[in-house]
Amino acid sequence: MRRLLTVILLAISTLSVSGFVMASAGGVHLDHAPGDLTDTESLKRGAQAFANNCLSCHAADYMRYNRIGKDLGWTDVEVAEKLINTRGADGEQTKVGQLMKVAMDNDYAQVAFGTKIPGLTVIARAKGADWLYTYLRTFYLDDSRPSGMNNLAFPDVGMPHVLWEKQGLQKAVFKTEMGTDGNEKHIFDKMEIVQAGTMSVEEYDIYVGDLVNFMVYMGEPVQLERRSMGKYVLIFLFIFAIVAYMLKKEYWKDVH
Amino acid sequence: MFKSLMTWVDDRFPATKMWNEHLAEYYAPKNFNFWYFFGSLALLVLVIQIISGIFLTMHYKPDGAMAFASVEYIMRDVPYGWLIRYIHSTGATAFFVVVYLHMFRGLMYGSFKKPRELVWLFGMFIYLALMAEAFMGYLLPWGQMSFWGAQVIISLFGALPIIGEPLTLWIRGDFVISDATLNRFFALHVIALPIVLLGLVVAHIIALHEVGSNNPEGIEIKKHKDENGIPLDGIPFHPYYSVKDIVGVIVFLMFFSLVLFFAPEGGGYLLEHANFIPSDPLKTPEHIAPVWYFTPFYAILRAVPDKLMGVIAMGGAIVVLFLLPWIDQCKVKSVRYRGLSFKILLAVFVISFVALGRLGMLPATPFLTLLSQIFSVLYFGFFIALYFTSKNEKTKPVPERITK
Repeated sequence: MRRLLTVILLAISTLSVSGFVMASAGGVHLDHAPGDLTDTESLKRGAQAFANNCLSCHAADYMRYNRIGKDLGWTDVEVAEKLINTRGADGEQTKVGQLMKVAMDNDYAQVAFGTKIPGLTVIARAKGADWLYTYLRTFYLDDSRPSGMNNLAFPDVGMPHVLWEKQGLQKAVFKTEMGTDGNEKHIFDKMEIVQAGTMSVEEYDIYVGDLVNFMVYMGEPVQLERRSMGKYVLIFLFIFAIVAYMLKKEYWKDVH
Repeated sequence: MFKSLMTWVDDRFPATKMWNEHLAEYYAPKNFNFWYFFGSLALLVLVIQIISGIFLTMHYKPDGAMAFASVEYIMRDVPYGWLIRYIHSTGATAFFVVVYLHMFRGLMYGSFKKPRELVWLFGMFIYLALMAEAFMGYLLPWGQMSFWGAQVIISLFGALPIIGEPLTLWIRGDFVISDATLNRFFALHVIALPIVLLGLVVAHIIALHEVGSNNPEGIEIKKHKDENGIPLDGIPFHPYYSVKDIVGVIVFLMFFSLVLFFAPEGGGYLLEHANFIPSDPLKTPEHIAPVWYFTPFYAILRAVPDKLMGVIAMGGAIVVLFLLPWIDQCKVKSVRYRGLSFKILLAVFVISFVALGRLGMLPATPFLTLLSQIFSVLYFGFFIALYFTSKNEKTKPVPERITK
């Protein structure tokens, strides 16, 4: 029996290793996003960066403004002041209890960018923090694109580089290598800043890091609560397990 | 007071009789081991799924335009909605984990053999209903994987000659997966299949209690009874196994909680990443993979180059399990007293099933397809070889009584 289990475990581990190799082959190298969900200040900065840049075109309409306030420690007045840039049809500022909708008309977006603009509430769960962190930092100049920009993580992306004033403009340097199949391959080497932005490279990385951190939080606002609740549940179950085991032993004393 | 109340009830409804028949005077072999936890755990997960499902139904909207948003509404705005949703999504995986281990137990100790053929058959129908239940439930979040997974699976029926295309149309209620499909899958998921499942579970348990439980030794305890007709190697299910199963339940709940609270996405295997993108009929995801519990059969499907033959092979992989009581003709039940040939075959079968499960998750490269073909042959080879070797297997003598 033990030998059987060993064989099974070996087979599983071999296959999972081959699966890992498959997954890492192909696609662009992703930089590790420096997120920390317990860093409330980072989340607050990220929330403002999100509201003031992304939310102009992208909706986050499964999320309510005041949920952010509640989780990050802002009053309703602060939330309205820091995050809400839209007004309703009546001209009044959007209420804090409302969903984070977008001002832009989606039909217009379809014409302007050639695609529907995706909502961003759960985008971090679909794409992953590292992808977002890489994507927002790897726009480079490319004359062949309508916006004059292309992206390493998302080739031929429709979105223009919204944060270019902050990052500046960069060009991608490719090196040519001989592939194993005998064909030449263009492999990304490094980025070179062509025109400096208002932020240094380090400042911009922190800025995007905060933004991505916030998007990870927004993808599942309950993450921290879920983990802390989980600890108590496990402690309870552990104690319960001991009691239940003692009860079982007591009953089974007379079974031979 | 309580006694007179029970007498009053018992005169009108067999409450005490049923309690005794199925719990207090149901004699189970005294040597159940680790593998015997998974039957009661499957029942527990069924209850968890039904209760969490009822609460999800209160907030979910089975509407093509609102379904995805309503799931996120549950995750954010419904108090503890996230907990209920994760209980249900983790429960789906837990259900298949315990059912697969439960089935493996039956295979290993020959619990499907005479006189328990019907117990096995009802169990197999439960497994079938469970697969349908899981498949339809997976459409409801209405993400990209929900949509395209269902698209791929339903289109398989299109491979059948003549009736194929009309059949897919009939299942979907539309030419593509649409609001109509979502609505009917919701109805089937929350009403039709749960009723079928509950009925089958009752039949499974009644059939089991009629013939009595098997055990790791594969010895029929009913052969040796005392003067009162009680099996000598049996102990009443309640309180002995009820208190023992509580320990199993708690240990299970600890594993369940580890996933639920610390890794509800299961690294993208339980909640697939692409399912956090709302369904879009115009954008096919790069890589469509079913959830892990279907992947062994999906790998068999893809291993066959011809679509119709693939569908037949996939269906055959499930049908052949139904026939197990008649394929395995060895009189000895438990692996402990069976011949080396069975031990080898069982190991090969388990390895093939797990390997196919892994291969079904990966993209179909030529090398991996070749591997899938090899393991598919081994999967079916298990049943064929078992049919021919089981009759004349070199078994060890089975003891008369349970001693360990």
